[in-house]
Amino acid sequence: MNRYRTPLKNVRGLGAAKTGTEHFVLQRLTATALVFLCIWFLVFVLGLIGADYVTATAAIARPWNAILMVGFLVATFWHAQIGLQVILEDYVHNTLLALALQVSVKFIAVLGAIVSVFAVARIALGN
Amino acid sequence: MATPERPLSPHLQVYRWQIQMATSILHRATGIVLSFGALIIAAGLLALMLGAEHWSCFTGIVGAWYGKLFMFAWTWCFAYHLCNGVRHVVQDFGYGFSIPAFKRSSWLSVIGSLVITALIWAYVLGTGGAA
Repeated sequence: MNRYRTPLKNVRGLGAAKTGTEHFVLQRLTATALVFLCIWFLVFVLGLIGADYVTATAAIARPWNAILMVGFLVATFWHAQIGLQVILEDYVHNTLLALALQVSVKFIAVLGAIVSVFAVARIALGN
Repeated sequence: MATPERPLSPHLQVYRWQIQMATSILHRATGIVLSFGALIIAAGLLALMLGAEHWSCFTGIVGAWYGKLFMFAWTWCFAYHLCNGVRHVVQDFGYGFSIPAFKRSSWLSVIGSLVITALIWAYVLGTGGAA
């Protein structure tokens, strides 16, 4: 059926497999977002050195800071989960242990994202 | 099925150390550290939400000697993962694949991360220190 198709035709677009590159693409997309969000986060934290409790909460409550912080948190936990998944796939060969670790990493990453985003939302919308 | 002793493919220990190996391994290692760091950021935000006494407990831990030591290591992990991450994305677009370019960009990641870490901590110490 594919006899007359050139190899180029088979790999164009998403390639012959159609799916499977989402993981790779998402890792790069979250990485690209994080280049900017991390630099913002670094500047934000460095600006808060020596700040007291009220100053710190007021800084996070500012709309743009809250928005960027949520973006930073989602991208960070997403990127971390994808990266740790690849590391576990490469080095953990015991099936049960690998399953347990993969599930734990996913749960912890999602939990971390939910808790921290909730914290930012609560601070921003009036503690 | 019997599994006789078969020769395995050469593993890391038989290779002469090269900068390209080091940058690849360090990228993963720093990624693991940064994943734990993400949980610390979540803990910090949670403490900030819970109130002033929780926040002072959090800043107390961060301000202790082990906290500062971790913050310093964390800064380098962040700077390195950022530099090397940009390098990886550039390589994903097909640039810098010749061996000399590969070595040069590897060293650039390492040296760049050290410079960024030094700049950040020069600023931190300049403002009074207690991060």
